[in-house]
Amino acid sequence: MTEQKIRVLLAKPGLDGHDRGIKVIAAAFRDAGMEVIYTGLRQTPDMIVNAAIQEDVDAVGVSILSGAHMTLFPAILDMMKEKGADDIILFGGGIIPDDDKEKLEKLGVAKVFTPGAPTEEAIEFIRKAVKAKNEKDKLV
Amino acid sequence: MDILNRFYNNEIRALSRIISYVENRSDGYRDLLAKLYKSVGKSLRIGITGPPGAGKSTLVNCLITEFLKLDKKVGVIAVDPTSPFTGGALLGDRVRINEFSGDNNVYFRSMATRGASGGLTTATNNVTVIYDAFGFDITLIETVGVGQVELDIIDNCDIVVVTIVPESGDAVQTMKAGLMEIANIFCVNKADRPGSGRIISELRQTMEHRKKDDDDWRIPVIPTEAVSAKNIDKLIAKILAYVDFVKTNGMFEIHRRKQIQKQIMNVLLYRFQRDFLESLRGNLQLENIINDIYNGKTNPYSVGDQLYNQFSKAD
Repeated sequence: MTEQKIRVLLAKPGLDGHDRGIKVIAAAFRDAGMEVIYTGLRQTPDMIVNAAIQEDVDAVGVSILSGAHMTLFPAILDMMKEKGADDIILFGGGIIPDDDKEKLEKLGVAKVFTPGAPTEEAIEFIRKAVKAKNEKDKLV
Repeated sequence: MDILNRFYNNEIRALSRIISYVENRSDGYRDLLAKLYKSVGKSLRIGITGPPGAGKSTLVNCLITEFLKLDKKVGVIAVDPTSPFTGGALLGDRVRINEFSGDNNVYFRSMATRGASGGLTTATNNVTVIYDAFGFDITLIETVGVGQVELDIIDNCDIVVVTIVPESGDAVQTMKAGLMEIANIFCVNKADRPGSGRIISELRQTMEHRKKDDDDWRIPVIPTEAVSAKNIDKLIAKILAYVDFVKTNGMFEIHRRKQIQKQIMNVLLYRFQRDFLESLRGNLQLENIINDIYNGKTNPYSVGDQLYNQFSKAD
């Protein structure tokens, strides 16, 4: 019997101070019984991946409303591979056009949420994805 | 490779996984800790506690900077509360601690209280064991924002820094039992705010009265402004002076021995709680008993005796 909780790191990468969205997600995840580690604004991909490794999270969620998503998402994915942490689920949200959303999900971003997505959808997605990950990953 | 080998090879991922493993109390976690315990005893554990918003995280950030300058490896445990309603938590201490993210000499772990009410999580002590085994010279433990009685920190560290702010109260508050008694060092943070002079002098007076004899440690009261790192050098100097002091007069050892005793009790208490109390939950017999008590046929005290006797015979 273990007392496992879903742990999610939420971050705002790059020069983008619009944090209302990610705070709504943080509160929704908390109320869904998850442990949410919020790192705040102006995070580099390096900082995000290091924090994800130290906090041993199941998933990392980033919110990008600056238009830099085609740079930041791949940079985070690369950093995860480089540090051997690409089993951690990367998802995100923000002002992201449909074409880019498709490209990002092909690159390895597990899911991109766009404006209007209900918080329940994100919660459901995380629960399912973490469950699948834990079944694959029986460590120690 | 075996996770312990990876751990002893300084692999951060292995350290992180072991902490989760222990925090979740996954099968065999006690055996894992027992193995790690062979390499403990070197880390100095510093506790930072105080009311919410006193600046504990910012102070921790400053302490990390200073200890890095002294060539120390630093591990941080930062605790925030778990919701008693949903079981979720928002762990926000990292927001203040951004600048070391790329530095391999600093490791920062956010933890949720997960039902514990003493200002820490029950896994704190186990995580200090892991940090020590991993080779962190300094373990910084930041409690949740506390009131007057969440004092678990004293069982988990070698020195307690209590952080308050000028708004924390008057002379009577400084004389109260609880939080005000556990400090080895006081920090009056946000000391640029009005009223700091008054609280500092009142605290100093109270601490002077508390001294039992001339050989006692003089509890210093240090005004700090963590946000601009003002007086952090003084704080570090006092922390190191305290450690010297208690190592010389033997209190360091006495304190650690007491903590070992407490640790044994906690290991047992946890198992008892889990094996006994958890076995009662969802038990059909218990539902009937509750009915009987509610209807006045019996009482919680006799039932307690009866269940306890059943349990102690079962083993």
